[in-house]
Amino acid sequence: MMEAKRKWDVKKLGPLIGLVLLCMVLSVLSDDFLTMDNWLNLLRQVSINALIAFGMTFVILTGGIDLSVGSVLALSSAITAGMMAQGINGFVAIFVGLLAGTAMGVLNGVLITKGKVAPFIATLATMTAFRGLTLVYTDGRPVTGFASSDILFQMMGRGYFFGIPVPIILMLVVYLVLYIALKKTTFGRHTYAIGGNEEASRLSGLRVDRLKMYVYALTGALSALAGLILTSRLNSAQPTAGTAYELDAIAAVVLGGTSLSGGKGWIFGTLVGALMIGVLNNGLNLLNVSSFYQQVIKGAVILLAVLLDRRKEA
Amino acid sequence: MRPLIDMRSIQKSFGTNIVLNGVDFEVLPGEVHALMGENGAGKSTLIKVLTGIYDRDGGTIVVNGRDVHYRHPKEAERDGIVVIHQELNIIPTLTVAENIFLGREPKIGRTGVIRYKEMEQQAAAHLRRLGMDLNPRELAGRLSVGKQQMIEIARAISTNAKCLIMDEPTAALTEREIQALFSVIQTLKEQGIAIVYISHRMEEIFTICDRISVLRDGQFIGTKRVKETNVDEIVQMMVGRQIGERFPKRRVTIGEERLRVERLTKIGVFENVSFSVRAGEVLGVAGLMGSGRTEIMEAIFGARPFDEGDIYIDGRPVRIRSPRQAVEHGIAMITEDRKQKGLVLEMSVHENLTLPKLEQLATAGFIQSSKERDVVLSFIHLLNIKTSSPDLAVKALSGGNQQKVVFGKWLAMNPRILILDEPTRGVDVGAKKEIYEIINELAAQGVAIVMVSSELPEVLGMSDRVMVIHEGNVQAVLENDGLDQETIMRAATGGNR
Ligand SMILES: Nc1ncnc2c1ncn2[C@@H]1O[C@H](COP(=O)(O)OP(=O)(O)OP(=O)(O)O)[C@@H](O)[C@H]1O
Ligand SMILES: [Mg+2]
Repeated sequence: MMEAKRKWDVKKLGPLIGLVLLCMVLSVLSDDFLTMDNWLNLLRQVSINALIAFGMTFVILTGGIDLSVGSVLALSSAITAGMMAQGINGFVAIFVGLLAGTAMGVLNGVLITKGKVAPFIATLATMTAFRGLTLVYTDGRPVTGFASSDILFQMMGRGYFFGIPVPIILMLVVYLVLYIALKKTTFGRHTYAIGGNEEASRLSGLRVDRLKMYVYALTGALSALAGLILTSRLNSAQPTAGTAYELDAIAAVVLGGTSLSGGKGWIFGTLVGALMIGVLNNGLNLLNVSSFYQQVIKGAVILLAVLLDRRKEA
Repeated sequence: MRPLIDMRSIQKSFGTNIVLNGVDFEVLPGEVHALMGENGAGKSTLIKVLTGIYDRDGGTIVVNGRDVHYRHPKEAERDGIVVIHQELNIIPTLTVAENIFLGREPKIGRTGVIRYKEMEQQAAAHLRRLGMDLNPRELAGRLSVGKQQMIEIARAISTNAKCLIMDEPTAALTEREIQALFSVIQTLKEQGIAIVYISHRMEEIFTICDRISVLRDGQFIGTKRVKETNVDEIVQMMVGRQIGERFPKRRVTIGEERLRVERLTKIGVFENVSFSVRAGEVLGVAGLMGSGRTEIMEAIFGARPFDEGDIYIDGRPVRIRSPRQAVEHGIAMITEDRKQKGLVLEMSVHENLTLPKLEQLATAGFIQSSKERDVVLSFIHLLNIKTSSPDLAVKALSGGNQQKVVFGKWLAMNPRILILDEPTRGVDVGAKKEIYEIINELAAQGVAIVMVSSELPEVLGMSDRVMVIHEGNVQAVLENDGLDQETIMRAATGGNR
């Protein structure tokens, strides 16, 4: 009994080993890499992708995909920023922004469960539509003019708590909550079951549609949260914010060893995957690699990681 | 006669679990050789070791007098050993001929252009050799499971197979298709092709096989000629003890009506289905495959919509539109297709067992691990599920043990009404009896049971009454009192009642 478990765990260490190796290489190549400042900066950047990728992990575990996360991020940020620019209280604006993101996730869920549209298609459509709405709402211009208006909002992207940047704390808190949800609750178990065999789950009396709805709503909410952090940091909401973020999120999930066909995976892997992407971005910047080459290298690393993972399974 | 296949002292373990321990198995040319044993005895594993799907830990394999060590089923195929697995490997969107020649299409030179005429003619010839009248241009997906299986057999003989291995080939076939398969087996045998036949159905084995080899817990017990043995002896060899009556007797006082179905109709599938079951009663449901039995049961369970009709539980009308609502009304259903509909294969035995009742094992959404563990262990024990650990993925269990997991999963929620669709498919004699005992025990506790089964002895052995379905209609409801197989078959084929 123990043996079966342990074997699984060793196999799961792959992404972590990859991350450590990457860090070792970079610390040799660059003196700045292993400094406290650099890591706080790196983690703050990672937090945005990680939050989105946490939601994406649940979606992918159910066998789905969510391409609309970047657009959800942009639209909910624009809404919050717009409200604050009109002088509405920051707490209210944040709440409404998160609610808007959740609602957009619910819409994805409705299209997928009630409308029976394939997740790829449904979220491709909403990705386009939400982006369009953002452009309409902002008239294609950044929303600004709420600088230093609200301390709570300032804190989200730029604040510190016991010397640790708030985005990092948010990321870790969300991670812990979702880790427990996935491991210890019926919600988590059902997520795996539905991804593993949807029909058998339905016939076991699980509320498959409702659970999927929750999962897309969660992703919507987390995308909105990521958007608020980004907006707070930049002090403005860009209408094109979050473009292509879905790709980094999916890459983080896959790098972490979660299967795109659903039912198999874990959220720790996603955290590691997001860190890998962040470390790579950061390291290549420190080494002054041109942004064109950066993309090539990132693509190659993702491929390599996934190929190694397949090798193990065979 | 020199054996075609000679396996000696085969050894195979998964981790610390020894699955084959010194197994000898020999196949002569042109014989039909049954491989028998309880669920998890190692039959499928032995075949996988032979054809190189698994690497053996020890022992020798001699094929045609030559030592072999296949690394891939393709290599075994080159020596004429072909396996027909229970899950058919048919591509439904290709034609019969395309399926038979998949990957070996006759081509014009090296161009890759397929010579369709020639391919179709050859396909037809192979099918004729099996005595099958099938159009090679028909889409495979349109054919019944039995005919799809014939495509696989045709594919095998088109590669000049000398030994066909069939792992539970009749599990999904209708009575008529089984007869067709038997005559094909007879034909192949006359052509000198050896057949290894894995099945849990005694009647079949004794009709078509020449010899029987028995495995028990990974040990080789012996080989017998069918002419020189009998069912009791084989069962004794398989389970190592006498199991007595195949169908345990029961004494149950039948109570109040639990479930009543009135005029249930799904246009084009079933019509005007009315019946009732009482607490403690077992209602057998017989009928040919494709007669709509499964569809009716799935409709009652809320798994598929119906057009008209009413369902009453304890005399009160209920609205069931989803399996969840059925479960809330105390209905459980064990589906016939355990891989597609019964289990989450990647999940562990443990996780599958508690799936329908996880919410009862949780407080505020948090699963109570120790409580869950207790339930899991008690059901593994109660049903005698053979697994090296509760955390093993169910896909690693033998077929029969997978079925026990499906059973356990539903028993864990204490159902009041239990619908069983082919409850003992692919289950060995010993486990069958255990399942029958569980069914009786549940009936004794007052559960109302509806049992769909294609095995008539089982229907007759277990039911209080038998409902016979023919083409989506209730053809007859018969008291099981001096009832015989002929009467049921007559009704099932649309004869008078
Ligand atoms: N890949 C695997 N990993 C671990 N254990 C396995 C694996 N495959 C089979 N086993 C174990 O080996 C044993 C024999 O399984 P096998 O499938 O050969 O049984 P079988 O005789 O074919 O039974 P059935 O009649 O139920 O099909 C079982 O206890 C099973 O759990
Ligand atoms: Mg088997």
